[in-house]
Amino acid sequence: METLEKKSYQVDSRGYYGNFGGAFIPEMLYPNVEELRENYLSIIAEPSFQKEYNDLLRNYVGRPTPLYRANRLSEKYKTNIFLKREDLCHTGAHKVNNTIGQILMAKRLGKKRVVAETGAGQHGVATATVCALMDIECIVYMGELDIERQAPNVARMKMLGAEVRPATCGSRTLKDATNEAMRHWINNPVDTHYIIGSVVGPHPYPDMVARFQSIISEEMRWQLKEQTGKETPDYVVACVGGGSNAAGAFYHFLDDEDVKLVAVEAAGKGINSGHSAATTALGKPGVLHGSRTILMQTEDGQVVEPFSISAGLDYPGIGPQHAYLYDSGRGIFMSATDEEAVQAAFELTRYEGIIPALESSHALAILGQLGATENETVILNLSGRGDKDMATYMKYIV
Amino acid sequence: MNRITTLFSGVNDHPEAGLLNVYFTAGFPELNDTVRVLQALQDGGADLVEIGMPYSDPVADGETIQKSNDRALENGMSVKILFEQLADMRETISVPVLLMGYVNPVLQFGIEAFCKKCAEVGVDGLILPDMPMDVYLNEYKAIFDAYGILNIFLVTPQTSEKRIRQIDEISEGFIYTVSSASVTGSNTGVSDDMEAYFDRLNAMQLRNPRLIGFGIKDHATFKKASDYAAGAIIGSAFIRVLQESNDLEQDIKSFVRNVKNYPETIEA
Repeated sequence: METLEKKSYQVDSRGYYGNFGGAFIPEMLYPNVEELRENYLSIIAEPSFQKEYNDLLRNYVGRPTPLYRANRLSEKYKTNIFLKREDLCHTGAHKVNNTIGQILMAKRLGKKRVVAETGAGQHGVATATVCALMDIECIVYMGELDIERQAPNVARMKMLGAEVRPATCGSRTLKDATNEAMRHWINNPVDTHYIIGSVVGPHPYPDMVARFQSIISEEMRWQLKEQTGKETPDYVVACVGGGSNAAGAFYHFLDDEDVKLVAVEAAGKGINSGHSAATTALGKPGVLHGSRTILMQTEDGQVVEPFSISAGLDYPGIGPQHAYLYDSGRGIFMSATDEEAVQAAFELTRYEGIIPALESSHALAILGQLGATENETVILNLSGRGDKDMATYMKYIV
Repeated sequence: MNRITTLFSGVNDHPEAGLLNVYFTAGFPELNDTVRVLQALQDGGADLVEIGMPYSDPVADGETIQKSNDRALENGMSVKILFEQLADMRETISVPVLLMGYVNPVLQFGIEAFCKKCAEVGVDGLILPDMPMDVYLNEYKAIFDAYGILNIFLVTPQTSEKRIRQIDEISEGFIYTVSSASVTGSNTGVSDDMEAYFDRLNAMQLRNPRLIGFGIKDHATFKKASDYAAGAIIGSAFIRVLQESNDLEQDIKSFVRNVKNYPETIEA
């Protein structure tokens, strides 16, 4: 991880990205968030932190992850497609880049316990993993519905020693797990660190998580140069639920305005089906989980329960930086339905021998609509692997 | 003068009988119970009332109030309907009325439109726990002031002295003193730690009176809190009364009287 310098699409000194961001939190959370805000940049900058973080990424997570030119897929779409293999990270997704950073942060802040929320269970597993590694108590909130549909990850978290607590209110998915994790933090303000899994939440979380994920685009640049002689692609494509893998994949390309940043949301059963999680298509500005962003809501300002086949994208908002990328036109926002994502998963599997996570499959699903030419280069962030989704995929195997 | 300011003027921080603020969720138990509950609270002797605007994601609230929020939303409650329900309340309601809620529904209604409606129906103050102080000061305070609506801030045991002084400086009406590090509805009572924290607040000699909330549920906890402040706020314990009640008017009045410990024979 390199820089602390300010970029125009990065967070400003008040914690905002344009009109989005900030810290809309009850007073009960203020001291916790303030403690983090005051310390996160200086802790990240400490040489001892950098050394420990980079050593763990290299020797524990398995970084750098490969940048793989997908030849058969490139041939099919008549362009040059590179896959950033975050699916090969320890624990099976990019989520661990963030939890490694945050557990080191928690230790330096003197915290004794970690609480986290999880949707697909990838962030929960990544959190339980680093807590086992550092011998820190771990509590993970997970929507009751997600506990049912992501059973393998629940078992992994338990084996890793985490306590998995069901969120039983509302839609019983990621948004409700996030509410419960925040409540837990309110109830345990002094000794607990909240490891948010995405670029959401009050400032400084979106910026801190983006920094920890920025290793993805840092590696993309030198890897692409090594393989093609060019440091920047024409497109970077990533799926967006809250948006942490996209934030990491976009980070070091934000100021290269000729690089098109493509965020793919989950359309569920179709954008206008009433069962969707396509936030920018369906949402409007408001406040969710501590930041001003774009969220799916009723006219009365109640948060709408989203829907996606992919638990990791089943979230009614997006991180404030993504809201700003959307609002400013810097980001291109597209969406893929459940069916399109599943088809794309099978396509990648049969063309390249890689079984992707349902989340990443949404990004794969728009390759045909991108309009990339044979002289152009596309990097697609393959954020996770599909082991956890086998029960879903099996239903499509005839 | 604002009804809240009037109520507290002349009341020092340790009145003989503390002021009781009762919270309930609008549109709960049934959609059209809002004014009925409000009236019964006033009749029972509540000194001020806090009406909760139900929200889908109430992160500062525990299970009891969450469930009342869910139920109210299922009943069809909305900010728009709440203002319709409260349109004529000032014909019979004289106690100060506050609206408590989360900032997103207020933003969607529009801050100015919201404050205007509050002034029209006779709401005196707002409690929006997730509205940041800097956003309030920079973007909304002028609008609140123009319509004479008070914004009530919270302090907690973890709030620094510097920040408490800042909050005291910009507050009017009262300061909502959260008794412990918790969401609403925790069963903490009033512990020794809390007493030290209340003493610390008293020693600061703030401009504003304080009401203590979170963990207040009956006469004993109300009395204890009132020893350290101008009064106290009851929320979850009252929601439980509403949940279980077969006779709202009677149960509400007797709950309020029991908390304030009025003799049962006196009819309000």
